[in-house]
Amino acid sequence: MTPEHARTLVLESLHRVAPEVDLAAIDLSGDLREQLDIDSMDILNVMIEISEAAGVDIKEEDYGELDTIGRCVEFLVANTGPG
Amino acid sequence: MADFCMPSLGADMMEGTLIKWMVKPGDRVKRGDIIAEVETDKADLEIEVFETGLVDRFLVEEGTCVPVGTPIAVIDTGVGWAATTKAPAITSHTAETRTPAPSVTAPAPAPAEVPPAEAPPRKSPARPQRVRATPTARVLASKLGLDLKTVTGSGIGGDILRADVERAAAAKSAAPLAGRPRISPRARRMATELGVSIEDLQGTGPDGSITGDDVQRATPTASPAAATPTSPVPASRPSGRRGPIAALMERSNREIPHYYLSQDIDVSATLDWLSRENAARPITDRILFPALLIKAVAIAAREVPELNGYWLDGAFAPADAVNVGFAVSLRGGGLVAPALANPDQEPLVEVMRQLRDLVNRARTGKLRASEVTGGTITITSLGETGVDEVLGVIFPPQVALVGSGRIRERPWAESGMLTVRQVITVTLAADHRANDGHRGGLFLQAIERALKEPATL
Repeated sequence: MTPEHARTLVLESLHRVAPEVDLAAIDLSGDLREQLDIDSMDILNVMIEISEAAGVDIKEEDYGELDTIGRCVEFLVANTGPG
Repeated sequence: MADFCMPSLGADMMEGTLIKWMVKPGDRVKRGDIIAEVETDKADLEIEVFETGLVDRFLVEEGTCVPVGTPIAVIDTGVGWAATTKAPAITSHTAETRTPAPSVTAPAPAPAEVPPAEAPPRKSPARPQRVRATPTARVLASKLGLDLKTVTGSGIGGDILRADVERAAAAKSAAPLAGRPRISPRARRMATELGVSIEDLQGTGPDGSITGDDVQRATPTASPAAATPTSPVPASRPSGRRGPIAALMERSNREIPHYYLSQDIDVSATLDWLSRENAARPITDRILFPALLIKAVAIAAREVPELNGYWLDGAFAPADAVNVGFAVSLRGGGLVAPALANPDQEPLVEVMRQLRDLVNRARTGKLRASEVTGGTITITSLGETGVDEVLGVIFPPQVALVGSGRIRERPWAESGMLTVRQVITVTLAADHRANDGHRGGLFLQAIERALKEPATL
């Protein structure tokens, strides 16, 4: 997956969980919980959305690492095939 | 024939706006079918019908706001006027088939208890107010790129409804969206709280977007003297989204003689079990701690039924069903406590699935009416905010509220040894008219037992 594709996928997943958030204004390296005012239930829903959209498994111990859009993108690029 | 009336979706609801009919005259409906979408000042809800029959005609058009109890449709039941409006059992496809309807249903508020809807709530001009809008209004405004601060609300206390956003969008449709300031959610929240107009700000963030610092800089530095009015500001009744909950909490604290109990529970082994379980599960089946707590509370409520039900007309009415409400804070303010039906009878993975679904729908404005009225006991879980314990206020007419704080490492003495354990403090706020501290203590013990045997949950 290209970084561009991964970024779109992550933003779409966030939008499904928090539809009222203006995604254009989110800082890619800022903390997701803080920026979006979301809790662990929302985080789990975001992880599920990303996991299902990208077809990759995300382990529970990895949730904590995936705390910014940038890290989610890196994770997807590293854990999916090219293209 | 039976009148279908605007239901009371909680003791704090005074009126509702019919957003959309989901059926049409001539349709056959059965008890539990969703027939309309209603917007309240707390959330948008799907309304179930209580009768089986034919939809005869509508009495209220879409977009109309009517007080609770107003007939909004006529259902031809073929059995005369026997059916009356009452809150239905929570219709969950899994619970419906095997559990009887609760014998007790949430009563409509006594008219004298709630402030009259037509009395306009006074606003304190002294401090900036958060923009109040219903979840669908927020979602729509975000989709349309509309700043809620520019929208005039027509709901209770000036709450912005979906129709208001549609109107504002139509009025603005000629204006291009390109001029919309880009702003981070945090900055937007700060701006709202501090009363700073976003339009006047110059963004310094990426692509000229407005950051929290920009808002901070633009905040008028009110001197303490200027902020303090010479005459005391009359205590204003909170309006909008906090208004109904404020009235309800005021009633709770005025009428209910609360007592409070608290218990520290060592959940180290429970958390180990949980992470082992989750490691073996696909992501959609993984369980968060609140699901365990919900199930443990349901089991305890079944064991100590004096805590599960309603205080009605000077007496405690136990409920047959154990419907556990779970307080969900809404992004942008507000609180709603939708309930899970009989979670003690569901497998843990199903409780978790329902919880995830409820929280998601609460925050995107798609709860069912029966879910917000059906609770027989409520949990408020504030661990994520970092607090150690919660001494809560009961949601009338319920008689108990369970609070949980964060799970934290604590020194723990046991069998003459001092160790470090993962500990959660679970509290009970209960109605002393309906039960006493002894029963309350047994209830907390039952929660502890259940939490310590997670494999049996």
